[in-house]
Amino acid sequence: MRKYKFLIPRRVIQLSILFLFVGGNFWGWELLRGNYSSAIILDSLNLSDPYAVLQILASGFLASSSVLIGALIILLIYMLVGGRMFCSWICPMNIITDLAFRLRRMFKIETEVRVALSRNLRYYLLALSLIVSAVFGLAAFEIISPISMLHRAIVFGSGAGWAIVAVVFLVDLFILKAGWCGHICPLGGFYSLVGKQAIIKVKHDKDNCTNCMACFDVCIEEPVLSIVGKESDFIRSGACTNCGRCIEVCDDNALKYALKFDLKKK
Amino acid sequence: MGTGGLIWGKAIQTTTKADYVLRPPGALKEKNFLKACIKCGQCVEACPYDTLKLAEPGDGITNGTPYFEPRSIPCYLCTDMPCTNSCPSGALDLKLLSKEEEEESPEINNSKILAVIHKESCLAYWGIRCEACYRACPLIDKAITLDYEVNKRTGMHAKLLPIVHSDVCTGCGVCEQACIAEKAAIFVLPIDKATGEVGDHYIKGWEKEDEKRINEKIEKVDDDKDVDSAIDYLNDDDLIDE
Repeated sequence: MRKYKFLIPRRVIQLSILFLFVGGNFWGWELLRGNYSSAIILDSLNLSDPYAVLQILASGFLASSSVLIGALIILLIYMLVGGRMFCSWICPMNIITDLAFRLRRMFKIETEVRVALSRNLRYYLLALSLIVSAVFGLAAFEIISPISMLHRAIVFGSGAGWAIVAVVFLVDLFILKAGWCGHICPLGGFYSLVGKQAIIKVKHDKDNCTNCMACFDVCIEEPVLSIVGKESDFIRSGACTNCGRCIEVCDDNALKYALKFDLKKK
Repeated sequence: MGTGGLIWGKAIQTTTKADYVLRPPGALKEKNFLKACIKCGQCVEACPYDTLKLAEPGDGITNGTPYFEPRSIPCYLCTDMPCTNSCPSGALDLKLLSKEEEEESPEINNSKILAVIHKESCLAYWGIRCEACYRACPLIDKAITLDYEVNKRTGMHAKLLPIVHSDVCTGCGVCEQACIAEKAAIFVLPIDKATGEVGDHYIKGWEKEDEKRINEKIEKVDDDKDVDSAIDYLNDDDLIDE
C-alpha cells in the first residue's frame, strides 16, 4: 500500500470532483457545479481557471468580477502549493494519460516519435493560444481543450468528447511518452510557470539515493529529476506535478515532500 | 509558429459556421458572447427542461457553448431565469433582459429572438383551420393573435390567421415546436435575422410622437454644409431646361 500512498488519494480526489460535477448536473447537487474552467461551490463561491480567464481577457472581453476574483483565488492557491498540483491531483485527463503511461511501461511500448517534441512546446502553445485568442476573438484553448471535452463526455454524455480523449490517449500510448501532459498541454505549461516558486516541493536526499532509477521510470516529467543522485536539493522545476509517484516508488527514503521557503534559483 | 496559429485560429473559427445559433436568454451579441462564454455549462445544468444543450464538435457551433433547438425542446419561460442567473462570466447578462430603470425585474420578452411565419407553408393561410401555434403560445392573444379574413376562394369561410407581435414575442419557440407542418411554418430566429430596419429619415406623420422628429431633422439639416449645394443642384439651369 505504501507504493500508492499518494496515488490513491489523488485518484479519490480526482474522481470525487468528477462525481460532484456529475451530481451537480443530474441530481441538482449544489456542492460543486460547472466544470474545470469555472465552477461554483455551494452556489456562492466562484472558482475559475486563471488561464481560461486570461484567454477571455486576451480575446477582448472583460470577464465579470466574480470570475476574475475566482481566477485570482485559484492563481494564489497554486502559486503557493505548486501549479501543477492541478495536473496530478485535480485534472481528470491525468487519469487517462497516466493509464497510457502505465500501459506503455507494462507492454514496453517504446515508439518515440522520430522528431522528438520539446517539452518546451507547451510554453510556445501557451503564448500562441493567447495570440490566437486576441486575433480571432475566441478563447483559443478552451474551445479545443480535451480537459473540458472529457468533463463534457462524462457529465453531459458528449460522444465527440470521448473521441477527442481517445485520440489523446492513443497519442500518449503509441506515439509520444507523456505526450499530452508532458509536452503539449498549454494549461500544464501555464501552471508550470505559476508554480515555479511554490512552497510545497519534492526534496531529494543524495546520501540515501542508490541510483536505482525507479523514480525516473514513473515520472512523467523526467527532466525535473535531473539532480537525483547528484545533489541534495528540492526538485525546483515548475514542471514537477507534485504527484508524489517518485516518493512512493523510492525504497531508499531519498525523496519526500518538503516545504521550501527560499527563493534560490538553480 | 505563425502558420500553426493560423491553422489553430481557422480550426476554431470553422466550428462557428452555423448561420445563426439560438442562445439562452440574456446572451450578449454573438461576437461578444463567443468571447465571454467560459464554456462551463452551468446554464445548461440550470435549465429545468433540458432545453439548453452544450455544443460539441460536429454540431457546427462553437464547441462547449450553450444553445437550444426549439423544434425539439423550446424555452418554457422560467420566471426566475435560472440559466441567465447561473452564468459566472457575464456572457449571459440579466441586465440585457431588464428594461431601463427596472434592473431588478428582468423580462424574458426582452430576449433577442423572434418568431416569424412563413405564410405559404402555414395551413391557416391556406384557409384550413389550425391554430396550433396560437393555442400553444404561452402569451396567447398577446404574442400571437388571430386575424379574421374572408376566404376568397370559397367565398363563404373565414381564415383564422396567426399574427406574431414582435413587441411581445419572447422567442421561446413553443410555437415552433407546436407547428403541425412537417418543417415548422412558424419558427424563431435571432432578432437581427428576423427584422428589418427603416432608415430614420422616414417619419410616421400620423403619429404625434414620431412627427416631432421632423423638427429634429430640420435642425440637423441646417447644420449640414451640403444643403446649399443640394438646392443649387435642383435650381441648376440644365435640370430646369430639361
